[in-house]
Amino acid sequence: MVLKVVFTIVYLSITGFLGYLGFKHTKSSKDYMIGGREIHPMVMALSYGATFISTSAIIGFGGTAAFFGMSLLWLTFMNIFFGIIIAFIFFGKRTRKMGHNLDAHTFPEFIGRRYQSKFIQKFAGSVIFLLMPIYTAAVMIGAAKFIEWSLGVNYNAALLFFAIIVAIYVFFGGIKGVMYSDAFQGTLMFIGMGILLFSVYNGLGGISAAHQKLSDLMSNPTVLAQLKVPPGFEGWTSMPTLFSTTWWIVVSSIVMGVGIGVLAQPQLVVRFMTVKSNREINRAVPAGGIFILMMTGVAFIVGPLSNVYFFEKYGEIAVIAAKGTDNVIPVFLQTYMPEWFMAVFFVVIVAAGMSTISSQFHAIGTAVGRDLYSNKDGDEKKLMLVMRGGMLMAILITVLLAYILPSIWDGAIAISTGLFFGVCAAAFLPLYIGALYFKKLSKVAAISGMCGGFVTSVLWMTFIHTKESEVLKVSALLFGKNSLAPVGSNLAVVDPIIISLAVSVLITIIVALTTKSKFEAKHIATCFNGIK
Amino acid sequence: MLGIEDLNIFLVFTLCILSAIFCVIYGVLNWNKGQEKECDEIKEELMWEENENKINELL
Repeated sequence: MVLKVVFTIVYLSITGFLGYLGFKHTKSSKDYMIGGREIHPMVMALSYGATFISTSAIIGFGGTAAFFGMSLLWLTFMNIFFGIIIAFIFFGKRTRKMGHNLDAHTFPEFIGRRYQSKFIQKFAGSVIFLLMPIYTAAVMIGAAKFIEWSLGVNYNAALLFFAIIVAIYVFFGGIKGVMYSDAFQGTLMFIGMGILLFSVYNGLGGISAAHQKLSDLMSNPTVLAQLKVPPGFEGWTSMPTLFSTTWWIVVSSIVMGVGIGVLAQPQLVVRFMTVKSNREINRAVPAGGIFILMMTGVAFIVGPLSNVYFFEKYGEIAVIAAKGTDNVIPVFLQTYMPEWFMAVFFVVIVAAGMSTISSQFHAIGTAVGRDLYSNKDGDEKKLMLVMRGGMLMAILITVLLAYILPSIWDGAIAISTGLFFGVCAAAFLPLYIGALYFKKLSKVAAISGMCGGFVTSVLWMTFIHTKESEVLKVSALLFGKNSLAPVGSNLAVVDPIIISLAVSVLITIIVALTTKSKFEAKHIATCFNGIK
Repeated sequence: MLGIEDLNIFLVFTLCILSAIFCVIYGVLNWNKGQEKECDEIKEELMWEENENKINELL
């Protein structure tokens, strides 16, 4: 306990100092929003990774992996493939250059200027301002619950403490403060997960022996009697049966939903605009790839392997021994790892939460200041004031949501995260790809795709996908049942992103083929200046 | 297969590691590529300085 407090104090002091450094180096609103475009590649990569991976990715999804098994490693692969390789090499470089050409400071401003549409900018700004607090609240709930559980303090006190710390350094430090502390937090996360992976494999007799023990669990009748998984589960080291309920959950919701959703996350896209040239992006790729592998890869290996440990020690599989998927990782760490490691890991988890939340607050603040508020007279001082005011409002809404949500939503963390990822991907991914690669894509096509994707996503969540619809309760109120999907079909477990992204892509293509782009050649030339 | 039952899972286990290795190789091979042209950089720095001055006056 003393160790935890000492580590936390040291950690918070360093974070506070980095926030102060950011503050010292922030002179203009451009500095505040995109770091004056001079962020170091290593800082950029770690900041991207630490923002990407939150508490819920380690604790929530690690627990889910204990339930569904190593098939979740497909998500790690997707995270590296889409989240780093595609995002950096194919999207990042073009985003950086085009953002530069258009003098864009935020994601909504980027797509708004590219399509010369105030509507797109305001729509994207509104989605960020209205829906991102739900996602931020999810991360905050995860972190506050972990603090409550680990330090034994009251949940509300943990929440308040956490929010105040993050608010201070985002509020004053801008993106520099956020990215410096992200890089520090990312380094901590990397070390913590490295130690965890090594000691788990080491403790279970090596890589092959550990996997073998996990595979063998499925031939144990006691384990089979304890399994309460949907149809299709074949064991922790096997893929679920093709098109079974488990397969749909794992592949559509977890692997595809989160895996592809990452490409259109405003708080991540903006990071490409913080570096000077494509060279910095090239240099950020290795750190990004290794970082993601060490985060989700380790969580999705340790999660399933905890079943071996729990079964050997208590005769129960992880989910039963820990009483719920969200508890698997914390309980496992506490019983399996030495006490000093818990103190380290405590800081790691707090850092994972803070780095994600700080970027979200920053994205919301800039959305208000730059995208929703029209700064006609170009007054820098006023702009900073609006931005900080917007951020303060977002922080208050988030804390309020984090206070209320757990009492009305069971499993609020996973639902809220999925909701925001799904909506962003459906609304923005097709037009974002269009902005970067298709010169002839018309404004009408971009707007139609965005609106179509957004509406489909909301409708699917409200009326079909049970995970959200049973919480939103609209379907139950109107039709007396949680999902309008036919009984016996797997539609109710098909993630909204699959349907809404397909609809959004389809609408964009159809409208693009039937309308003509009205952009002036000069505008397109400016956008694509220096892009091969 | 490292104690993993299903070829699919073994494949993804390997793919995860290979894709991270790809990232490293890509980064090393392109370490010095993609730099902006020097004249562009100077032009930009000048513009930047001008903006900074304007802002400093305002503040």
